[in-house]
Amino acid sequence: MNTYPHNLLSIEKSSLGRRGPQIRKAQKDASAYLPKEFLRRTPPNLPSLSEFDTVRHFTNLSRLNFCLDTHFYPLGSCTMKYNPKAYDVLSALDGFSALHPYTPQDYAQGTLSIIYGLRQQLKAITGLYDFTLQPAAGAHGEFTGALIAAAYHRSRKDFERKEIIIPDTAHGTNPATAVMAGCRVINIKSAPDGRVDIEELKKVLGPKTALVMLTIPNTAGLFEKNIKQIAKLAHEAGSLLYMDGANLNALIGMVKPANMGVDIMHINLHKTLATPHGGGGPGAGAVGVCEKLADFLPVPRVEFDGKKYKLSVKSKNTIGAVKSFYGNISVIIRAYCYLKQFDGQTLKEIAENAVLNANYVRVKLAKYFPAFFDEICMHECVLTIDKGMLPNAKTIDIAKMLLDMGFHAPTVYFPLIVPEAIMIEPTETENKQTLDKFISALISIFLEAGTNPEVLHQAPRKCPVKRIDEVMAAREPNLRW
Amino acid sequence: MFTSNTEKEKQEMLDAVGVKSIKDLFKDIEPSLLAGKFDLPAAMTEAELSAHIKQLAAENKPLVNFAGAGIYEHFIPAAVNAISSRGEFLTAYTPYQAEASQGTLQAIYEYQSCICALFEMGVSNASHYDGATALAEACGAAVRIKGKNKILLSAALNPEYKKVLNTYFKASNVAVFEDCPLNNATVDLNCLKEKLSSGEYAAFVLANPNFYGCLEDAKSISKITHEAGALLIAQVYPVSLGILETPGSYDADFAVAEGQCLGNTMSFGGPGLGIFTCKKEYVRYTPGRICGISKDADGKRAFVLTLQAREQHIRRERAASNICSNQALCALNAAVYLTLMGPYGMREVAEANIENAHILKDKICSLKGYKLKFDKPFFNEFVVECPKPAAQIIKAAAKKGILAGYDLGRNDKTLKNCLLVCATEMRTKADLETFISVLRGI
Repeated sequence: MNTYPHNLLSIEKSSLGRRGPQIRKAQKDASAYLPKEFLRRTPPNLPSLSEFDTVRHFTNLSRLNFCLDTHFYPLGSCTMKYNPKAYDVLSALDGFSALHPYTPQDYAQGTLSIIYGLRQQLKAITGLYDFTLQPAAGAHGEFTGALIAAAYHRSRKDFERKEIIIPDTAHGTNPATAVMAGCRVINIKSAPDGRVDIEELKKVLGPKTALVMLTIPNTAGLFEKNIKQIAKLAHEAGSLLYMDGANLNALIGMVKPANMGVDIMHINLHKTLATPHGGGGPGAGAVGVCEKLADFLPVPRVEFDGKKYKLSVKSKNTIGAVKSFYGNISVIIRAYCYLKQFDGQTLKEIAENAVLNANYVRVKLAKYFPAFFDEICMHECVLTIDKGMLPNAKTIDIAKMLLDMGFHAPTVYFPLIVPEAIMIEPTETENKQTLDKFISALISIFLEAGTNPEVLHQAPRKCPVKRIDEVMAAREPNLRW
Repeated sequence: MFTSNTEKEKQEMLDAVGVKSIKDLFKDIEPSLLAGKFDLPAAMTEAELSAHIKQLAAENKPLVNFAGAGIYEHFIPAAVNAISSRGEFLTAYTPYQAEASQGTLQAIYEYQSCICALFEMGVSNASHYDGATALAEACGAAVRIKGKNKILLSAALNPEYKKVLNTYFKASNVAVFEDCPLNNATVDLNCLKEKLSSGEYAAFVLANPNFYGCLEDAKSISKITHEAGALLIAQVYPVSLGILETPGSYDADFAVAEGQCLGNTMSFGGPGLGIFTCKKEYVRYTPGRICGISKDADGKRAFVLTLQAREQHIRRERAASNICSNQALCALNAAVYLTLMGPYGMREVAEANIENAHILKDKICSLKGYKLKFDKPFFNEFVVECPKPAAQIIKAAAKKGILAGYDLGRNDKTLKNCLLVCATEMRTKADLETFISVLRGI
């Protein structure tokens, strides 16, 4: 029995004349100050609710969500790990949140010191020469990195370098980024072992290559064994090497990307370090570069003269600003907190647990949902459906059945090279008990899929709504009241 | 310990995997790569960390704020944070599994609806990074729609936005920007007409209120722009739309904004909230997530991310944009804020801004040596010409606890004595008096 009430929209609960919080009113109305033609003719069609109505409305909405605080959330590539609650409180302190961006620098030393401090921390964990914290998200960081690569080649009068080589396992953001940066995408097929096919790479590397863009570990959850060779080939061809750091939690405290030959990388501060995802942001995509690219980083930059932190826009080759101001400060503060609270040894344990958890899930499920690449994985494993055992089963049904059993679904149908992909990232903060329950749930789904696949197709039945017609939503778009 | 597997559990798991030690799980990584040292300071406990961060927060000295220039201090009812800090919203992912994310999805739908209502526009996406990047996306869309790469900008567009536009399009040459000159701080309609008559431009970007706080003759600008066959992109100030004419009413094709002012803190300029809206006919050029209504298997109303064929995870190199994560929690704050304020609350907030700013303008202009630089209708921000460089006034006022405004000399040396001053509904009568007495003393 579905216990969720039909949820009305706020506008459907509206009662004209009902009012929320009061503010101190103006003495005169707007027409006393402004000509009428500048004023709107009708009030906006916003809901009229009391404060209490509003609180109850949104609180009840929140209860329709799965979230990390309540559910295991093994979304591959998304790193849904626990983030310490202290950081939420600390990053929201008035001293940080009430600061206008044009506050004179002497009065903003706290925030500036955190921006500077996080940059030093990121240098320490990656071995890269310098960082910008301006980009607002991972994809925004990729864009920043691609612009830096393009600007570097242009500065050397190497105007032909406009191709970005991207493997077929990449996140969709990588090829979309390349195009936004004015480059052409050269897709390469992966080798049968899920890694970069060195021979394919050699075929496309050349005088037009601006960048080789790799996710490490890649989206199949595998480490690029030949990364040093790849870096060498890219550099010999005059290209730069970009690392999409979306999966850095597998390597943090273990490997410094600079030592692999990486020239540019972004770190999703919210995923690898610490900010809850917020239903889709805000995040932050810090970008690190090697020494020869440092002058291309965005401005303004925070410098420290030994006494004071200062904003500087001095830079001969900067690509400019990728967004207004200095970065997503509340995300930057949380990342800074994380790297203050955990030393090198703890970071190593974090990577170890991420990798151990993924391998445990992979092995325990091997008889039911085999890994597409049957070998030790990094922080996530990509499983598939053995059509010999389950000829009629579909990944989408398995995902929806998991929801009914109280687990968020893994990432599904990605990476694109894996048929019926089930991409599981348990993350470093889950423990064996939780994983055992999840494994049991997937085994029971396996058994059900063999005997009664129709039941799976009807899932979910215990969520606030049943399976949603996505085709209808796109065919007859209803995007607002 | 941050991770929670015990040593015993780890051993059981290693046994299950069939390896001897954790090291064996990293066998793909060359030993030389694993050898690096990590130069991080000793770990802090939560209590130590808390003391350290509070100390840093105290090193910031927020001033009584009369600055705007893109980021504005407005009242945020406590209910906004009470809702958005709930774990159910805060620790959920992007709502890919719609059946398990109806709360987030309905909130996005309500956000889109509230924004469309405030702007009187056809469609809103689920949010973008900030106002400047939302404008960049609108420019990119205009170029694709019109098949022309030139975009004309109001010379009174926020200089931060201009910088971002240049960064976005310099390398790719996808769009080329040119300024349309001003006449006494607002768009020169004759120049606009003349420039657009070349037929070379995909769009005109209007800032309204513009960077100097002045309101533009948006209806005439819209008419001229459309008659020349170009698209109108309006960059607006959401709080002002509680009372001012809307981009929809003057037929803007795209309207973008910095939405921080709607329930989000200033936070030194980030996170912001990029508001992106357009006419319905351009929905397929919209970047990023959009939530729509559909039905579930029982015919019950349900919410789901839709029109995803525009997006990078489906369309890859042919996507409308590369955006993935947006500013969802900031958009939630805006949705809660607009729901709390309602149609009349938004009007009252806007009117309080107008009145406060006009009172302050009169007070400042009655001081010796100060005068209003541009005599145009304005919302809550205006330019005063000071007897001294604005930079000096800002420095001196800060010592008295006042952020006097934005120094227009930063971008235009001919305006070095000009201060862009803002008074929102947050400023009390006493604040205004203090500001005036501080100015008098400089």
